[in-house]
Amino acid sequence: MSAPIKAKPGMKAAFNRRTALAGLAALATGACSKIAESDTGRAVAKAAEGWHRGAHRTLASRQALAREFTRAERSPTFKGNGTVRIADEAYQAALEGGFTDWKLEVRGLVDTPLSLSMDDLRSLKQRTQITRHDCVEGWSAIGEWTGPQLSDVLDMAKLQEGANFIVFRCADTLSGGEYYESVDMIDAYHPQTIIAHMLNGEPLPQKNGAPLRMRIERQLGYKHPKYLTAIEAVASFDDVLGGKGGYWEDRADYQWYAGI
Amino acid sequence: MKKHAFSTRIWHWINAISLIILFMSGLNISNAHRYLYWGDYGFDKADAWLSVIRFPNWATIPGSYNLAEARDWHTIFAWPFALALLFMWIAMLMNRHFKRDLTTTRAEWKPNAVWKDIVSHAKLNFDHDPANGKYNFLQKFSYGFVLGIMLPLMIFSGLAISPGFEPAAPWMVDILGGRQSARSIHFIIAFGLLAFFVVHIALVLMTGPIKQLKDMITGGKA
Repeated sequence: MSAPIKAKPGMKAAFNRRTALAGLAALATGACSKIAESDTGRAVAKAAEGWHRGAHRTLASRQALAREFTRAERSPTFKGNGTVRIADEAYQAALEGGFTDWKLEVRGLVDTPLSLSMDDLRSLKQRTQITRHDCVEGWSAIGEWTGPQLSDVLDMAKLQEGANFIVFRCADTLSGGEYYESVDMIDAYHPQTIIAHMLNGEPLPQKNGAPLRMRIERQLGYKHPKYLTAIEAVASFDDVLGGKGGYWEDRADYQWYAGI
Repeated sequence: MKKHAFSTRIWHWINAISLIILFMSGLNISNAHRYLYWGDYGFDKADAWLSVIRFPNWATIPGSYNLAEARDWHTIFAWPFALALLFMWIAMLMNRHFKRDLTTTRAEWKPNAVWKDIVSHAKLNFDHDPANGKYNFLQKFSYGFVLGIMLPLMIFSGLAISPGFEPAAPWMVDILGGRQSARSIHFIIAFGLLAFFVVHIALVLMTGPIKQLKDMITGGKA
């Protein structure tokens, strides 16, 4: 057995290197933002979003269901996030009146534009599902949602050829911007994509999007718009607000496909 | 023969870069909701088993709170990380690096032998009995544990957090005890890997860092 390795010379070099490494690290973190905000960085991020969507839809069937839970597995409450109260007087009056006059418009690239009341929506075939809601921030809550499938509503309105996306319009604004979201036709026609008007057997509470919110169960929470006012079939997002298909996508470059 | 095979070297550096970016962007993501839970759900800090510190800007990618950008870094570098690990396992089984250098013998697991190894490490004596191969027991154990358990678990727990992936393999979420448990495990192993990283760098620094670094680039002599 030889004597312990002499550490001294190596250590000295190492300290120099460590200072150099620390400098490099600082440079790298600065550089990271530059890379991410460059055109190439944005293009790679956009491409990666496509890989994730493709991978998820290849590994599981496009119509594969998100996990459904039993009533006993629900979380004791359901967190409200983002907009939890709409100050607007008209909304508050509608809330008071039980949303008897609330209308959900179905428009855009459809043959038969619709204006559906809460009763209209309740009279359609209903789906009830107990699912986990995963927020982009990391938390999860489990609740029971009830409402008609979006596919039935779209079939009633008869989508036109060239309709590639469904845009959801909302009554709420966040930091002065209208909230909205969108999905492609695969998610629009997913069996668990419902227009929910009930949470845990009760009409939706204000904090969770009364009177209507979308459930897009294979994606993160920001893809489930609340306070729904209209459903719009479009060919592209070019003429829809910021053009990136959603409030957070426009505001802060959140991924449009939020399955990860 | 070289001390480090080409496949080992290329994996080592791809893995190192990926892990550093994944770790630092992960800290930025952690800042979005600094509570960890067990089970399927969790959103109330009263139910959290751990309240995590807010990681400072110098430790995160990007260098200030930006969840969208951090998620881009994180989900992009998950690919080279996962693919390189898969490639390393195939290479390591094919070129017998795993069998020759990383598998332990029953004798090496005897408490006496393990203790002897720990004592000689504590005395900063890193020489080992050539009869047991290139690495001593503690090296084999830690490399084996990192490559065989921690890194794969990092991938599986990461996948289990993804709601879009879950329908492809719901059992993965079940094995890990639910989505919030998977998230907790992801976090715990990340810090386990940080601990490995610290010890790994310290040992390299104590055993002739320039030569070690050069060998991991050029391959060195066996």
